Amino acid sequence: MKTKSTALKFVRRVSPAKLQNGHPVVPLRERRLVFGDRWDYAPAPEESKNYVIPPRHELFIGGKFLKPHSGKHFDSINPATEDKITEIALGDAEDVNIAVKAARRAYEKVWSKMPGRERGKYLYRIARIIQEKMRELAVLESMDGGKPIKETRDVDLPLVAAHFFYHGGWADKLNYAFPGRNLQPLGVAGQIIPWNFPLLMAAWKIAPAIACGNTVVIKPSKTTSLTLLRLAQIFQEAELPEGVVNVVTGVGETGTAIVQHPDVNKIAFTGSTEVGKQLAQMVVGTGKRITLELGGKAANIIFEDAPIDQAIEGIIAGIYFNMGHVCCAGSRLLVQESIFPKVVHKLRDRIQTLRIGNPLDKNTDIGAINNKPQLEKIRELVQSGVDEGAELVQPRCTLPERGYWYPPTFLTGVTASHRVAQEEIFGPVLAVMTFRTPEEAVERANNTPYGLSAGVWTDKGSKIFKIVNKLRAGVVWANTFNKFDPTSPFGGYKESGFGREGGVQGLAAYCRLG
Amino acid sequence: MKAPVHLEAERPAALFRTPHSALRTPAIPTVDQVMVEERATAFTKRSIKTSAKLAGLKIVVSMMDLTTLEGKDTPGKVAYLCRKALQPADPKYGVPHCAAVCIYPNMVKYARKFLGENSHVRVASVATAFPSGQYPLRTKLDEVRRAVADGADEIDMVINRCAFLSGDSAKMFDEIAATKEACGPAHLKVILETGELVTYDNVRLASEIAMQAGANFIKTSTGKVSPAATIPVTLVMLEAIRDYFFDTGIRIGMKPAGGIRNAKQALHYLVMVKETLGDDWLTPDLFRFGASTLVNDVLMQIAKTVDGNYQGPDYFSLP
Repeated sequence: MKTKSTALKFVRRVSPAKLQNGHPVVPLRERRLVFGDRWDYAPAPEESKNYVIPPRHELFIGGKFLKPHSGKHFDSINPATEDKITEIALGDAEDVNIAVKAARRAYEKVWSKMPGRERGKYLYRIARIIQEKMRELAVLESMDGGKPIKETRDVDLPLVAAHFFYHGGWADKLNYAFPGRNLQPLGVAGQIIPWNFPLLMAAWKIAPAIACGNTVVIKPSKTTSLTLLRLAQIFQEAELPEGVVNVVTGVGETGTAIVQHPDVNKIAFTGSTEVGKQLAQMVVGTGKRITLELGGKAANIIFEDAPIDQAIEGIIAGIYFNMGHVCCAGSRLLVQESIFPKVVHKLRDRIQTLRIGNPLDKNTDIGAINNKPQLEKIRELVQSGVDEGAELVQPRCTLPERGYWYPPTFLTGVTASHRVAQEEIFGPVLAVMTFRTPEEAVERANNTPYGLSAGVWTDKGSKIFKIVNKLRAGVVWANTFNKFDPTSPFGGYKESGFGREGGVQGLAAYCRLG
Repeated sequence: MKAPVHLEAERPAALFRTPHSALRTPAIPTVDQVMVEERATAFTKRSIKTSAKLAGLKIVVSMMDLTTLEGKDTPGKVAYLCRKALQPADPKYGVPHCAAVCIYPNMVKYARKFLGENSHVRVASVATAFPSGQYPLRTKLDEVRRAVADGADEIDMVINRCAFLSGDSAKMFDEIAATKEACGPAHLKVILETGELVTYDNVRLASEIAMQAGANFIKTSTGKVSPAATIPVTLVMLEAIRDYFFDTGIRIGMKPAGGIRNAKQALHYLVMVKETLGDDWLTPDLFRFGASTLVNDVLMQIAKTVDGNYQGPDYFSLP
């Protein structure tokens, strides 16, 4: 039989401590978790050498890759390394005009006359090719935008394929989408998409538009054109009729040219509220339809009866997913005051386990900030929070020397009057605030000019239903966050825009209902 | 030592004893099934390669409770197990010894004999009418005392699921506390048999009760009920351990058992411990694997990582 001293030796790691019921007790001030390198992960980069990126990319108009009218190109940068990846054509108003003409021709001669079941076949074909090339597209998306491969591989690309499959299914069933109504396509849709989910936003825009019989002129963001141009090659491979989808790369003026083109029937824009307002003004009186999906400052509400450990995961998913470059990010955390210390404590531990670095490493949780101006904006806003008296919490971590990086961050001691509680940061920065009663939670959650999304965490089902009906937000998640599905409409209230994308409601944005 | 008196008064144990004080029970956190399973899946997405894989697998071996729990167990079989635990693989691979052998009470004296008095490999015995627990408490305690007297360093008890599921948490608590007392110097692992508790909320509550009643380790399963250990169930228990540590300063160990059959699964568990409780729990003192067939799959992967090629199963001795 073993002696008592042997038994104690077995728990040798715990130094001088009191014993309780035979257990060593760690004094209160030493109770902390150590997330160090006793056992660390080795680098696990996704293979990228096999994907050759051409040094120059042209415009995709009328089913062909064409040089821009101006002959000018601009550099596309990998935000994780600041290395130049390729050159992208700079489209101008003349290129837009050619693209719109190609789209109009395709609309009148081919696409609007084609039966829905035939259009659907193209969407299915595109979806299947995307699935086949998923790994390549995920790698390119990570290199081009700084997103961790874990997210592009497991979230972006599966959703991209799902959107084409889903809308392929609608193409021949549109008469059932709005029973009793006569449904007609709109014509040429001009679409402008942001840099946070380059391919996914393209899928959200293109799939419903072409499923309903419209043709498309789409402009990606200046910093993330690469994957949309790769998608254009997939359109070629799928033998999508020429001119049904046209890609005009470029800068802000290129987008303006699309919006102002007289032969465009519909504008769909995802991006900042500031630009969205300008575009809305441009289309006034033109008869063009417009849908806008703009900024957000979502409240993520944690009640004291929430499943706390899972709520912490929801907070993480809400704000650090895609480096916080998410318009529906849960960037305002509203915690019931009674559990505030516990939540902050757990959150502090949790962000220490997030892995920041090479977006192509399969273990990376937080990749690079998409572009330099955005990094500067994040820094400026966080500084304003600190200047206004908030407490900054960041993990101990080393950021790569080159590239654009910002650590996962949260600010406590924030009130509704802080800038960080009001303005969209669009980065991995969470503003933590408190509330006392459910009524106050709703009031504070709605106290923003935005209204895109919100989250509610409680184990009480009745409370969920009561709260979600009072929240003025287009999407409300209960006991989860940042979940997307093509069947579910997405869109905002107030300064977060209007119109819905996805689901039956999303089809309405691309149809004339008689 | 005057402190224990004060600590006894604080002991949350009393909360489970009477209905009246139960009103003041601090709320046991609830568990959301969807999100806990999502988090559990995230651990399995970690990519563990090269040096990390080798180091991780060696840690896994050092945490292993090599187990045989069969009616047909004999001293001969236990001898195989003990020798395997002491030296799992060819010394050239630098594989550490296993943490313990886990056996039935009748086999304890043989294991003690084969391992010797001062072995690094510990002797763990299941007890308390394993696996059902459906015997009188007196019988169960007697079994524990005998196993300890025969040389067991650790006792793996089963909770009284009958008491727990019929709502008598106090009875379950008292049985664990009594078993802890009967263990004396031996460490107590409390098996919740999560496959019979079914819901994560039950697992969380049972974990709290077991820890408050004096468990050194909480353990998922007997291995006799399916499902045995799963990643989400283990995560719920690790989260309970984490909260208990911050509340009391006591580090409770965790032992998933049953169903962990290959090296890759074992590394997923290790990832989960690393990212939930941190470095302090990455030790056989606080984390164990209960398994019988896992060891050779882990050794096969270690040999592959070192030598660069796979060997057939006959190149690894059977436990």
